[in-house]
Amino acid sequence: MTVIYQKTKGLQDTPLHYCPGCGHGIVHKLIGEVLEELGLLDTTVGICPVGCAVFAGSYFSCDCIEAAHGRAPAVATGVKRTHPDQCVFTYQGDGDLASIGTAEIVHAAMRGEKITTIFINNAIYGMTGGQMAPTTLVGQRATTAPLGRDPAQAGWPIRMAEMLSTLEGLVYAERVCVVDIPRLNKAKKAIKRAFELQMAGKGFTFVEVLSPCPTNWGMEPLEANQWLMEHMAAYYPLGVVKDTGGVTG
Amino acid sequence: MRKEVILAGFGGQGVMSIGKNLAEAGVEEGLEVSWVPSYGPEMRGGTANCTVILTDERIGAPLVDHPTEIVVMNRPSLAKFEPVLRPGGTAFVNSSMIPERVGRTDVRAVYVPCDEIAEKLGSPKVGNMVMLGAYVAATQVLKVETIEAMIHAMFTGRKADLVPMNLAAFHQGIACVTF
Amino acid sequence: MQKREIWKGSEAIAEAAIRAGCRCFFGYPITPQNEIPEYMSRMLPQAGGVFVQAESELAAINMVYGAAASGVRAMTSSSSPGISLKQEGISYLVGAQLPAVIVNVMRGGPGLGSIQPSQGDYYQATRGGGNGDYRTVTLAPATLQEAVDLMQDAFDIADTYRNPVMVLADGLIGQMMEPIVWQDRPGRSLPPKTWAAEGRRGRTHNNFVTSLYIGAEECEEHNLELNRKYAAMEANECRWEELMTEDAQLILVAFGTPARVAETAMRNLRQEGWNVGLLRPITLWPFPTARIRELAGKSHVKAFLDVEMNLGQMLDDVNLAVNGQRPVHFYGRCGGAVPHVSEVEQAAQKVLEEVQ
Repeated sequence: MTVIYQKTKGLQDTPLHYCPGCGHGIVHKLIGEVLEELGLLDTTVGICPVGCAVFAGSYFSCDCIEAAHGRAPAVATGVKRTHPDQCVFTYQGDGDLASIGTAEIVHAAMRGEKITTIFINNAIYGMTGGQMAPTTLVGQRATTAPLGRDPAQAGWPIRMAEMLSTLEGLVYAERVCVVDIPRLNKAKKAIKRAFELQMAGKGFTFVEVLSPCPTNWGMEPLEANQWLMEHMAAYYPLGVVKDTGGVTG
Repeated sequence: MRKEVILAGFGGQGVMSIGKNLAEAGVEEGLEVSWVPSYGPEMRGGTANCTVILTDERIGAPLVDHPTEIVVMNRPSLAKFEPVLRPGGTAFVNSSMIPERVGRTDVRAVYVPCDEIAEKLGSPKVGNMVMLGAYVAATQVLKVETIEAMIHAMFTGRKADLVPMNLAAFHQGIACVTF
Repeated sequence: MQKREIWKGSEAIAEAAIRAGCRCFFGYPITPQNEIPEYMSRMLPQAGGVFVQAESELAAINMVYGAAASGVRAMTSSSSPGISLKQEGISYLVGAQLPAVIVNVMRGGPGLGSIQPSQGDYYQATRGGGNGDYRTVTLAPATLQEAVDLMQDAFDIADTYRNPVMVLADGLIGQMMEPIVWQDRPGRSLPPKTWAAEGRRGRTHNNFVTSLYIGAEECEEHNLELNRKYAAMEANECRWEELMTEDAQLILVAFGTPARVAETAMRNLRQEGWNVGLLRPITLWPFPTARIRELAGKSHVKAFLDVEMNLGQMLDDVNLAVNGQRPVHFYGRCGGAVPHVSEVEQAAQKVLEEVQ
């Protein structure tokens, strides 16, 4: 019998706790596959966030460290600087990275830390129950923005990939999404390039994943994917934002 | 034996530096020593001071209420520290910068024209070494040779040509003290 | 005789850490301890180590958390307002059972306060300034020799219990110069860091360092496990120094710089014929409660005088130890002022006259 598909060794057997239609599980799988394909599972330390992915360390099949809310890039710095031979990545949501942890992510990128950050942007706070995120779209409802985000009161959503790309230390930033197979394959390619550039010692690499949150958006999974493409992708353009990494390998 | 010295002057007059010299020489001679700098807002006004203790016993408190000696390089320092000098103590006064005489009669005063001597030697920077010489001569707590050896050790390599100037300043300071 | 070298406090603390095997330092500048990061930035790379000036104290302590989680001896230093920012990380270090050393060169507070010496962070250090039930061994040096000896011990204590250790100095200790002798400290035999997340490197299981115990029962069990460690620290790590307590009518209790002031005051009072002694806690947590209680029960001891550079924080611990057996008095200066010998003498004399 020929095996035509099997679960990546990059993930443990622990069942994921994510809601139906959530993007986290897909991105976990892509990261696991990339680490396995690059032969990095034995030499990787993953830094997990606070938020829905707080249990990520129980899912990835590599050593992991659970960071305080927003501090993953600082924790990653502590690991990478003392273990320059290891692959170090942070996995962070939009509250973690784009709100409470802005100083840490900006300065890790500024220093050109040779780490990879996977940023899950679902435009909402999932774990705490649907509060407004810094990435929540104008007009989008949240439990702390019951009438929809009002720029006069809450400002405009933050485009992290573009913002970080102004920093010299960042060599690669791409925004992807995981709503269908072609785009999922593209997302995997981006994650792979980010890890390859890190291991080539090029600098800080960043992949922003637009990810659906049907539960907190109050939608069916397919509807959520559609909404993501219509609204999120319109505000957060997909594609390479910056790539000065050159050729690897 | 316990010497508790406050050294004070403008930044750049080298008071912190000769305070360290005293402490280092004390260690060299097997004494217990401590050096505490003033730091923070009081330095912003341009006047710095440090407290040096030289003793053959455990030091305990590294700050002193009433020093056995004060070394003052400028007028504000004399005004500030003359009143707290211990009765029977000694004030070392840089007479090049301080026209006033010490008013108290229960203390000894040693007047040292540090800047004049330094300028005659050709370097305004060695005024503090003149004062160090005066202190060592008047108190006799440290050996002249210890300081001489330290001056040799302080200036090596490209700075070695500064040794004669500093030694000369140190010795002219010694000569200022009459017994 | 071993060579005595004269060092500045902050630099000596940094050098002691390097000698203790600290190979990474993360910090953010703040007066009066800037010589520590400056020294580390110069010397750590030469020792094969890593120095990073972090964007904030918050980031610095989390870099320490990362390095410690991956099995490396790590430290940070700061002064009072910066230590407040580090409390999140210290709580996480305890929760995730990670060893690290945090140096606090205390200055006046609250808020921005002053940059002069203070002991206003006693509560914060000994009660656990971050969230949750926790303790950190808190070492309080009074001389530079003790500072460098304790720095070296601090890393061993941290590794022994997998718990952060705080070295609580004050601005005067950080800024002063004194001779020290570099002694080889007897190293402890330490367990291997099999828990470290440093990449599996062929290991069959994943190491996951976390302070998250989501179920209440699980989290309670975790806390009880931590509590067993605190009990062991209390049993094994308590240190103090006593001077002339054997016949003392009045016992001064002080740590750090005020202990030096109190010592001089004690010697002056002894010369005048007063029977005064000094008990100087070296570990503020664990606190020498049992010894103070024992002394309080002795017939020659009539009273205690607690001397601090704050408004009376260790005073609580002295009172708990004395437990009403004898009166406990207090003399303190705060906000950056250092008590004068004469002030402590006067305060002591007043108590002595009362108990005659």
